[in-house]
Amino acid sequence: MRTFDSTPPGHDPSRRQALRCLATWSGAAVVWTVAGGVPRALGATGATGASGGDAGALTFVQISDTHIGFRKDANPDVVGSLRHAMADINAMPQTPAFVVHTGDVSHLSKPEEFGRARELLKELRVDRVHTVPGEHDTIDDGVTGYLKYFDHDGKGRAYYSFDQGGVHFVGLNNVLNFKAGTLAALGDDQLAWLKADLAGRSASTPVVVLAHIPLWTVWEPWGWGTADSAQAMALLRPFGSVTVLNGHIHQVLQKVEGNVELHTAMSLAYPLPAPGQAGIGEPGPVTVPAGDLGKLLGTRTLTVVPGREHVALADTSLAH
Amino acid sequence: MRSLRSLLVSSSRRAAAVSVLALCAAAALPTLSAIAASPAATVTVDITKFTYAPKELTIAPGTRVVWTNKDETPHTVTSNDKSFASKGLDTGDKFEHTFAAPGDFDYICTVHPFMTGTVHVRAIPGR
Repeated sequence: MRTFDSTPPGHDPSRRQALRCLATWSGAAVVWTVAGGVPRALGATGATGASGGDAGALTFVQISDTHIGFRKDANPDVVGSLRHAMADINAMPQTPAFVVHTGDVSHLSKPEEFGRARELLKELRVDRVHTVPGEHDTIDDGVTGYLKYFDHDGKGRAYYSFDQGGVHFVGLNNVLNFKAGTLAALGDDQLAWLKADLAGRSASTPVVVLAHIPLWTVWEPWGWGTADSAQAMALLRPFGSVTVLNGHIHQVLQKVEGNVELHTAMSLAYPLPAPGQAGIGEPGPVTVPAGDLGKLLGTRTLTVVPGREHVALADTSLAH
Repeated sequence: MRSLRSLLVSSSRRAAAVSVLALCAAAALPTLSAIAASPAATVTVDITKFTYAPKELTIAPGTRVVWTNKDETPHTVTSNDKSFASKGLDTGDKFEHTFAAPGDFDYICTVHPFMTGTVHVRAIPGR
């Protein structure tokens, strides 16, 4: 699996801060710890996993697919689900550095949905929440409406990068389509930006990538893949530890390709079928008995510990 | 749910011109009625299970096409040449467009670009 050097000098990790950042966004979050450059899920929020004592560790939380504005039978109360997750995150024994939200913040890209989501996420007691757009956030006018609420660096684009705790974080927009009838894509401009962003960084720098749609093809007939993901993977492959965090498919799946680990997360809104699930011809919301919904929604906590091979990561359902 | 009216704006501007064209076409080509029964013909397309049903249509100029989203997931009807484009359609929302001129119009759902459909507008049946 992955091995890599400890984080380079000059990247002194305010791991606590990084963790807090993640925590901001998670509703039902997974807590991630980046250690030695490889994120590892620690366990669900509310669990004690994120509170480990590794000096310099960076813990953050991933939430995804809140679909604020959705109100069908599959989940008549998505706001309640988000609030449940945020309460879990706020109750973590160690405040995460931040929270990341991997897209589909809204259900229909409506300004009132973005506004509501932004207000709700302020209930997270973390420093920041980092978002990337989902295809539900770009329905009518591309990323324009989304950016009015979630333009993180003020540059008017939905992709960005930042460094924290010795970890390089990259947020990508892979939900726009450039060619009819194909999967959505990153596009040439963004790939050029990514190449420049990664250029000159030490291969030992742990990299965490946020993108809504999986960066590998999970199930093409349902659009569960990124048309030009191979080009992004080629840029990421030289790094010793790469963790890709996706949403979109509302369930946890993993794939490992060399030093690159890809993880999809649970939603905070409603479940979707398994990829290509027999008897279900399309990726629409699945309605389950009310008592079971919380088991299928959740968050992810990640912790990166300098010098350790893997990022620890733990998925926790709202029913934990 | 958004109102029907707000979803129907896109083609209202062309309605008058279209109906005149349709009348002319109908007069010149009586057999047109086999495809589009009258100048005011309306054809419906359901958006269901992440597909357009039917996926392909052949219609006469002047025909109005009405799409209805029957999924719990939002979809759009967006032509590749940008000649028509719906907003995001929630469950039960409709979008309509009246096709004035012959041609082949491919469209997709911008939320799910693997969903594709085509409207063939033919002045003379069979062409």
